[in-house]
Amino acid sequence: MNIGNLIKIAIQSLFRNKMRTALTMLGIVIGIASVIAMVSIGQASTQSVRTELSSMGSNMIMIMPARQQRGGVDMGMSSSKSLDNKDLESLKNNTRYVAAVSPMVSSSKQLIYGNNNHSCSINGVSADYLEIRKYELAEGVMFTDEDVKRYNKVCLIGQTVVEELFTNGESPIGKTIRFGSIPMTVIGILESKGQNGMGNDQDDIVLAPYTTIQKRFLGINYFNMLFASATSEEESELAATEITYILRSNHGIKAGAEDDFDIRTQEELVSSISSISKVMTTLLAAIASISLVVGGIGIMNIMYVTVTERTKEIGLRMAIGAHNRDIKLQFLSESVILSLFGGIIGIILGLIISYVASKLMNMPYVVSTPAILISFLVCAFTGVFFGWYPAKKAANMDPISALRYE
Amino acid sequence: MAKDILRVEKLERIFRVGSEDVHALRGVSFTITEGEFVSIMGTSGSGKSTLLNILGCLDTPSAGDYIIDGVSIKNLSKNEMSTLRNRKIGFVFQNYNLLARTTAIENVELPLFYNSDVPAKERRERAEAALKLVGLENRMEHMPNQLSGGQQQRVAIARALVNDPVILLADEATGNLDTRTSYEIMSLFQDLHSQGKTIAFVTHEPDIATFTTRKIKLRDGQIIEDSPINTQSAADALAAINLQKED
Repeated sequence: MNIGNLIKIAIQSLFRNKMRTALTMLGIVIGIASVIAMVSIGQASTQSVRTELSSMGSNMIMIMPARQQRGGVDMGMSSSKSLDNKDLESLKNNTRYVAAVSPMVSSSKQLIYGNNNHSCSINGVSADYLEIRKYELAEGVMFTDEDVKRYNKVCLIGQTVVEELFTNGESPIGKTIRFGSIPMTVIGILESKGQNGMGNDQDDIVLAPYTTIQKRFLGINYFNMLFASATSEEESELAATEITYILRSNHGIKAGAEDDFDIRTQEELVSSISSISKVMTTLLAAIASISLVVGGIGIMNIMYVTVTERTKEIGLRMAIGAHNRDIKLQFLSESVILSLFGGIIGIILGLIISYVASKLMNMPYVVSTPAILISFLVCAFTGVFFGWYPAKKAANMDPISALRYE
Repeated sequence: MAKDILRVEKLERIFRVGSEDVHALRGVSFTITEGEFVSIMGTSGSGKSTLLNILGCLDTPSAGDYIIDGVSIKNLSKNEMSTLRNRKIGFVFQNYNLLARTTAIENVELPLFYNSDVPAKERRERAEAALKLVGLENRMEHMPNQLSGGQQQRVAIARALVNDPVILLADEATGNLDTRTSYEIMSLFQDLHSQGKTIAFVTHEPDIATFTTRKIKLRDGQIIEDSPINTQSAADALAAINLQKED
């Protein structure tokens, strides 16, 4: 029998039982749709995390002191005091791939202005920090090297701090905020950056000259960490190597000994976060594919019932000259058509669901071509695999007993 | 002399039921020539169904030979048997065996789907012609459940005719019908016979057999009678019933 006739017969039989056909297809439709929707939602979230991370400055490099052990006791992350002014100066002056460097010292204080108070950490940085972290000024000016030299009590504040402290709408510029007992003058306001990829508020921030924090707040002469920016995103690895070299020689670390600092480029952070979100995507897809398997078993189940129910028809077809192969191919193509059509509807539905989801969750709309191709192949495979056994059962019937079957 | 359509020689069929051998056919021999209308009679268990299955190429004999239209079915594969059924035999069943939710014309077209020599256009034309032949040209798009028993059997006969077989094999084709409709169907068979069709008609009803031209009677797997019949006209019988009704 030729293919055209075969498909015609299969479609005729499917149409004879519209309700059953539709319900069987539903299993596959839901399976495929959920796989497609899950994969593209997962990929969309990976992508949005990536975009947000690179908005933090994609050529940013973080240098942290290494963990330190004292008498066998782990002192926690960044516990050593290895980063100091000498490191800062040599990174500023002796590097080719480092565009800017800023130290960071943090202190946590209660901020008080008038009747309002707000608790947040205050970061001591240098003037380059804005450029490194891609902060923009909304109002006012950044402090200068002069302010750094003189430990001046000036600061810049983020939008969240503005909202918390200056509740009656006055301009914070030139006002004095008390940090515990230390008064500081606000000279600038940072442009809002919103939440970062991990849900932290990037506007809940106070920046001050690092010397001010070191000398007036903490009484220390080391840094909590250093921020640097590479000359370009591609050169961040080179810059990291350069920094490692300089810091090792500054700290007198012998060849073979471990670094007393950690360097993290933004690229590493992005890739570690996207790998987490890839795992999530895979997990979602795995859960969704369970429903695909259930749908496939649904097809097999129905094909089985169909074969038994249509025993007489099979007997008749054999009596009027159908070869065993014709019968097998008929049932096989019925299940393949069923799952392929279900698959196509499922793909369309999945794309619609992921489109709606991306609009609702404010994420980019990602169409995953591999997911579509794979689901399509899975459909074809499901049709053949789950249709094979029932079709074989049908083809092996004896026409005489099939005709007598009641 | 008329051509032999089918010939059976010393046909034996043994079924194994448990540890016992059941001899359904014990050496049956006869020949049906072109243009005959043969009734095969016998009570249940006489072997007539087994014989019909073999004549219809659905079953193979344990011994003996069967030649249909010059082809011996000895040593034929399953697929060759299927093709033989498709090209040479037209089946008419007691319970019609029409596909449900399928129009009359599609039911009639069915055998031609398994004959790749027939293109789609010709398939339709031949199905229409066959339905016209059984008088259902106005019922082509009807579903089986919209047709009476007699009409359904006519569709089945059209389906049997559509491949232009050398022989029509009818298995108790009037068994599910009332007397009047039975006579109508027999009248149709007689018309087909008069147009030159060869028909083998299995029945256990003696009055149905009187409409054929030759009677083969089986008992216990053997032929006990094979004789020509003084053929009655089914059309006359039908008229007689109608007359009785009017009385």
